[in-house]
Amino acid sequence: MPAIEITALHKSFGSLEVLRGIDLTVAAGEVVCVIGPSGSGKSTLLRCVNLLEGPTSGSIRVAGIEVTDPDCDIDAVRRGVGMVFQQFNLFGHLTVRENVTIAQRRVLKRSRAEADRIAAENLDRVGLADKASSYPAQLSGGQQQRVAIARSLAMEPQLMLFDEPTSALDPELVGEVLAVMRGLVADGMTMLVVTHEMAFAREVASRVVFMDDGVIVEQGPPVEVFGKPREERTREFLHRVLEPARVSESEIGAHLTD
Amino acid sequence: MTLTPRRRRRIIRVAGYVVFGLALVGAIAAADWGRLSDAFFRSDVAGSMFPEAITVALRNTIVYTLLAFVFGLTLGLVLALMRLSSILPYRWFATAYIELFRGLPALLVLFMVGYGVPLAFPDREIPGGVYGSVTVGLGLTAAAYMAETIRAGIQAVPKGQLEAARTLGMSHGRAMVSIVLPQAFRIVIPPLTNEIILLTKDTSLVYVLGVTSTTIELTKFAGDTLNTKVNPTPLVVAGLLYLVITLPLSQLVRGLERRAARER
Repeated sequence: MPAIEITALHKSFGSLEVLRGIDLTVAAGEVVCVIGPSGSGKSTLLRCVNLLEGPTSGSIRVAGIEVTDPDCDIDAVRRGVGMVFQQFNLFGHLTVRENVTIAQRRVLKRSRAEADRIAAENLDRVGLADKASSYPAQLSGGQQQRVAIARSLAMEPQLMLFDEPTSALDPELVGEVLAVMRGLVADGMTMLVVTHEMAFAREVASRVVFMDDGVIVEQGPPVEVFGKPREERTREFLHRVLEPARVSESEIGAHLTD
Repeated sequence: MTLTPRRRRRIIRVAGYVVFGLALVGAIAAADWGRLSDAFFRSDVAGSMFPEAITVALRNTIVYTLLAFVFGLTLGLVLALMRLSSILPYRWFATAYIELFRGLPALLVLFMVGYGVPLAFPDREIPGGVYGSVTVGLGLTAAAYMAETIRAGIQAVPKGQLEAARTLGMSHGRAMVSIVLPQAFRIVIPPLTNEIILLTKDTSLVYVLGVTSTTIELTKFAGDTLNTKVNPTPLVVAGLLYLVITLPLSQLVRGLERRAARER
């Protein structure tokens, strides 16, 4: 049974059609990285998986459960799907430990002792065991994002969604978050990652999906998508992202015209 | 001697101090200090007001303020949540309530609760006597203001907080109670403290309900003493006692706002 099965997904915000027919399957244990220019709909796609955005039409199954079914208990599905945001979204009024325990206590009804133990394990895993009593505002962006990952892991999800997890970080803090994510890959976590970190995608992805203008333009193993992209739009995007210093003046705005 | 820009600025500045100093000296010289102190600072009149000024009048002022505040805060929270509800009639009701009670004088609402409602329903009464009427009469108006403050506080909590809570499997209600509202209240503590200051002063309207010697508050107490002693010193005493409540509160608001600015 696939971890995620998306069929004919459409999503519009008013008259703006952001997703125009997406079909995507993520098998259990797979690491799928979604790349593409901003505005291509990749974050919206990710947010549809756990219904932070309601699809306009189409079907999404998570671990076999149709989340687009109005009778679906979405809170139950979300318990099994971790999500990491670009802006971390740690709970500012709670300590790091409380950030990691509150959902365990309120949603999974774990005892305080058990929740604290699981929080300690996961904070240790992301290298922040000594920050349990700090407040989010006292941490660097990289530390906050690692707490956010620990918070998700404490719910013992079968699937993790990452929405540009390093895009809001100072460059020198990106590495520590990617290191934690590589650790998850090594442990066999199923992951759907929207990212601009091409080196990370190339290294750890089992599959890379290139999106542009609300559709999947091409997908395949990283060696193929990065090494010999089939589509002109993919080549164009990779050229701009991987060799920004070589974009010539004649190319300015070229990607907007098609 | 040339007038350089720097010298000119200094002359203007010194002139400013001189004008203020002259005005102050003039006012002090012109004032009739004997009359002033006879009228407003008679120690025997002031002394006769104690201890009742504190044990009864100040105490009741504080009690009325707190009762109305708790009532208004509770109702205000409900109204704020209704205002943000996805159910249209709730939003309508909350909007209508807020617009209505923000637009009416507090005194009119107090009359309505103290006299209008009892006339309409003579067989029933608001529990708690004057205390009950004050709670409702001042609280209804305060609720309208606090509802808007709390709504703004809830909306000031970034949307990502609710999203993060929901993705962890929390229901909407659980996420509001555990994540959004605690942060919203932190944001609105300074404006809510201002609301307490306004309420403290509005308790001076309570006299229209016909208070007795045990339910009397500061303004009415001062007015009564002024009548019996034929001397305005009680007004000064009452004013100072109001400041005993409101000055620390406004200091608190300033401190909280400074702290909030630092955390941002």
